Amino acid sequence: MSLMAAVLVALTALRINALRSFLAILGVIFGVAAVITTVSLADGARDAVETRIAALGANTLNISAGSRSRGGRQGGAGSDVPLNDADVNALRTELDFISAASGLVQAGVTAVVDGANWPTTLVGSNADYLDVRDWRLTEGRMFNEGEVQRASRLAVIGQTPARELFPSGGALGATIRVNSQPYEVVGVLSDLGAGAFGQDQNDVLLAPVSTVRSRVAGFARAGVRDPVQQVWVKVAPGVDMAAATAELEDFLRVRRNVAPGAEDNFSVRNFADLIRAFTETQRVLGLLLASAGLITLLVGGIGIMNVMLVSVTERTREIGLRLAVGARRRDIRNQFLIESVVLCSLGGVIGLGVGVAVAATIESFGPALGLTGLAVSVEPSIAVVAIGAAATVGILFGFYPALRASRLDPIEALRHE
Amino acid sequence: MAAPLIRARGLTRVYKLGGGDVHALRGVDLDIERGEYCAIMGASGSGKSTFMNLLGALDRPTSGALVVDGEALQDKRPDELAQFRNRAVGFVFQQFNLLPRTTALDNVALPLLYRGWSLARRRKRAEECLRMVGLAERMDHHPSQLSGGQQQRVAIARALAGEPAILLADEPTGALDSQTSDDVMDIFDRLNAEGITLIIVTHEADVGARARRRITFRDGLIVEDVT
Ligand SMILES: Nc1ncnc2c1ncn2[C@@H]1O[C@H](COP(=O)(O)OP(=O)(O)OP(=O)(O)O)[C@@H](O)[C@H]1O
Ligand SMILES: [Mg+2]
Repeated sequence: MSLMAAVLVALTALRINALRSFLAILGVIFGVAAVITTVSLADGARDAVETRIAALGANTLNISAGSRSRGGRQGGAGSDVPLNDADVNALRTELDFISAASGLVQAGVTAVVDGANWPTTLVGSNADYLDVRDWRLTEGRMFNEGEVQRASRLAVIGQTPARELFPSGGALGATIRVNSQPYEVVGVLSDLGAGAFGQDQNDVLLAPVSTVRSRVAGFARAGVRDPVQQVWVKVAPGVDMAAATAELEDFLRVRRNVAPGAEDNFSVRNFADLIRAFTETQRVLGLLLASAGLITLLVGGIGIMNVMLVSVTERTREIGLRLAVGARRRDIRNQFLIESVVLCSLGGVIGLGVGVAVAATIESFGPALGLTGLAVSVEPSIAVVAIGAAATVGILFGFYPALRASRLDPIEALRHE
Repeated sequence: MAAPLIRARGLTRVYKLGGGDVHALRGVDLDIERGEYCAIMGASGSGKSTFMNLLGALDRPTSGALVVDGEALQDKRPDELAQFRNRAVGFVFQQFNLLPRTTALDNVALPLLYRGWSLARRRKRAEECLRMVGLAERMDHHPSQLSGGQQQRVAIARALAGEPAILLADEPTGALDSQTSDDVMDIFDRLNAEGITLIIVTHEADVGARARRRITFRDGLIVEDVT
């Protein structure tokens, strides 16, 4: 008997027992749907976070004062002396693998234009900052080093304040008041998208670091000139990040008088490491989800085996008749095996559809339920794997019932009630 | 003279049971020629069905030799027996044994599936066979939509589909009323007249009377064989 004919026989048998066939594969449907939903959501979330982390730059380092273990730069102890502009200049001039660096101070402010208010973040930086972050302008220009030196009241604004404060356009050249001080808008940033943790990166006002320090209260630090809250540096392309980080740390230990063996009074964060850690977490999570799905599938497989055994018993006379008219043992075995595989594959396909639908529903209703950062991504490979796994379950759990069917004695099978 | 279609020598069949062996056949010798019309009769439990199952290669003898249509069946493996049944034997059972929820046409075509024929060829042959038993109008009916007599005629058509050398019928009228029995038996008569070898197990004298040879079993042995 040809494979095609055997598949047709199996399909006919399944159609004749449509309801039971459907009930039999419910377990497989749920198993595959669960795997597809969880893996798609996890994939989607990973894609989204990866894009955001990548947007932070795989070759940028972030330095802040304070030890890693104390977790902050707010401590007043001598070891937590803030970083300052001199540190930034030293990094720029003395470490040749650093292609750009900027100190940063930031404060929450309210920007005002003709009575329109917008609460936003004022970030003070130097002229290098756009380079460090790989940010672009849609119009205008970045303030230059001279303007930073002179503490000019200039601003480069993000898309969000541009839209909120200038709904009808015309931001460039206009004046924004922050703490009653006027800032001239010289540039508008292009769309920066969401940050690594879902925040709106576009909601920002950039101004010279010197200006923000002197015009916005709260940055005076006893004994330190020109302090900054953190320093961002960009490592030149082609330089190994681990080596660069190590060299940077050595440099800062000397500069900040860290005794040999003592704890660092600063911390350097490497986004490449963050990405790697994240990828590893995702891999482990993916494995967990996959094994949970596998267990569900196995439970579905036990259901299939049960139903196939019942089916063999119920159809004993049919098997006897087929044997009597000339079916060989392997014809009977293949018939039941194919039924099981077809059933499970069907369960796999339906489960795939259900899984994608559920994932899409979660994605579209998630925000309403307060779940953010959800995204669905169904990779063709996972679909193939899920259906393949379902078919494999069909073979594994269908084999024993099929073997039992094929071993029946024709006479006894024909006499079966 | 050519060898007989069926030659049985010293056939025994012993069923092993917990409480002791059952000797269903105790040494049967029998020759049946091509084209014969035989009725097998005898009391219940005398071994008729056991003998038929051996003739039809559904079962193997405990000892003895059995040659049917040129093949020695006593030492064939199960799959070889299956292929022999498919080629040489047509069965008609008391309980019809049609596949439920399957059309008459597909029921009749079933043996040809295991011969590897294409669907079109199977259906064409099944149609011919249904026409032979007068059911050309009922091809798309399911067994549940047919009377007992019609179901048995579908079963006969199925037995004919593979153009077997022998037709074996074990109490084919046992589940039918007498009028329907006559109709079914008329079909058997006609088929034998057309040349097929026919062996029918029956309890009914009028069914036996139609056959040209009556073989009677008692306690696993042939006690009478009249032509
Ligand atoms: N599978 C079996 N296991 C054990 N004993 C069996 C089996 N099949 C038949 N027998 C026994 O073998 C003997 C012959 O049985 P068989 O079925 O051949 O009789 P029969 O002549 O066809 O009877 P009936 O007219 O009732 O159909 C009986 O004693 C029966 O009980
Ligand atoms: Mg009997």
